[in-house]
Amino acid sequence: MKVGIIDYGMGNVFSVKNAFLHLGASVVVSSDWQVLQNSSHLILPGVGSFADGMKNLNELDLVQPLKEHLVHKKACLLGICLGMQLLADEGEEGGCTAGLSLIPGPVKKMQTQHSERLPHLGWNQVEWSQENALLNGIDSKTDFYFAHSYHFEAQDAFVIARTPYCGEFVSIVTKENVVGTQFHPEKSSKAGLRLLQNFLERTPSC
Amino acid sequence: MLKTRVIPTLLWKDYGLVKGKAFDSWRRIGSLLPAIRVYNTRDVDELIVVDITASREGHEIDFETVEEFAADCFVPLTVGGGLRHIDQVTKLLRSGADKVCLNSVCYESPQFVEESAKRFGSQCVVVSIDAKKTEQGYVCYSHSGSQIQNQSPVLWAKEMQERGAGEILLTSIDRDGLMEGFDLELIQEVCDAVSVPVIASGGAGNYDDFYKAVQAKASAVAGASLFHFTEQTPRQAKEYLSKKGVAVRQGAQ
Repeated sequence: MKVGIIDYGMGNVFSVKNAFLHLGASVVVSSDWQVLQNSSHLILPGVGSFADGMKNLNELDLVQPLKEHLVHKKACLLGICLGMQLLADEGEEGGCTAGLSLIPGPVKKMQTQHSERLPHLGWNQVEWSQENALLNGIDSKTDFYFAHSYHFEAQDAFVIARTPYCGEFVSIVTKENVVGTQFHPEKSSKAGLRLLQNFLERTPSC
Repeated sequence: MLKTRVIPTLLWKDYGLVKGKAFDSWRRIGSLLPAIRVYNTRDVDELIVVDITASREGHEIDFETVEEFAADCFVPLTVGGGLRHIDQVTKLLRSGADKVCLNSVCYESPQFVEESAKRFGSQCVVVSIDAKKTEQGYVCYSHSGSQIQNQSPVLWAKEMQERGAGEILLTSIDRDGLMEGFDLELIQEVCDAVSVPVIASGGAGNYDDFYKAVQAKASAVAGASLFHFTEQTPRQAKEYLSKKGVAVRQGAQ
């Protein structure tokens, strides 16, 4: 297993790298596709705006090779936070922008209710809506760490967990060899590390 | 449900963990790194680490030391102290901080907050506001409480939110380190004025102080002296809050 963290200038790759090193994986951090393409497990981390994220991925010429690589099942991909949102068809943050279109649906601003505050920042429960090996060993309703104001309106078929806030939003999506978590598993203590371990056990053909 | 966070605050000076009283007479109480390891093992909700001398003495935060803390930290880590250039924020995030805490620089150039939020996202920009009660009402202070600013914390918090702060760390200078309770009036006023989360800080002496801050609408509560100097722990604080009906995270045992 070789973990490739896509470094596209969107925030802190340190924590993600640190978490995979802790799990004993071999890790490369790069913005160069020639380096990343040898990884069995790719990570798209990221904080910041949707528009900036796509702009950077495009400028680094990562979009097409990444998509082709995934279609040919050469790797698994995990998108974290903004990285999960970029899997979508489009996002409205920073102006309506096309996403990677790996999982269908748009990313929209969350709408607060009653006394809720934004960003949705802190620990909140993640409730399983489908069984998936990614969730092995973790109880439904375990708390994970979130920091975001937008959410991915994915179709039910691709949703494996939801979280109650601003009504309810999608906290884990998956389609074939692509996974996205709205929360930060690398900052979600033991449960988060377990989820990352489960991700490493996936094979690209799934 | 989004949980109320209980956050140990670690003040840092020359590699040491220090304790202050009303932002003065900081004394060394131990080493920082072992303290961070203990809190990580105890699975706290989050940690805030602030270099208290960086802005006063104008030196740069030690990024290598931050990397050392971060390597042992699998919960969110907020780091602050003397940040005044955008590349320092980049470096700090690259060193493993998940959020940066800005204070003095915001008064000198409020657009720094906008630039940071645009570049890194609001969710990693925490604006720290240190306030003191005066006869004219609450007033903000910068540079670890050493410089008065012509700003009320309520208006300043609103402006910082508009400029992109994702969270406000609100500290009462008067109550800091005294363990006699938070300044609840200050917390309530600021929480009512903004829609971003507010972390109440300065004065927690027991678990009920945390409960009172939550009643005053704080999204998170920070404590230093009570965790470092008494038998009280973040875990027991959360058990207390839970019994009072506040939703908290049950960490791993």
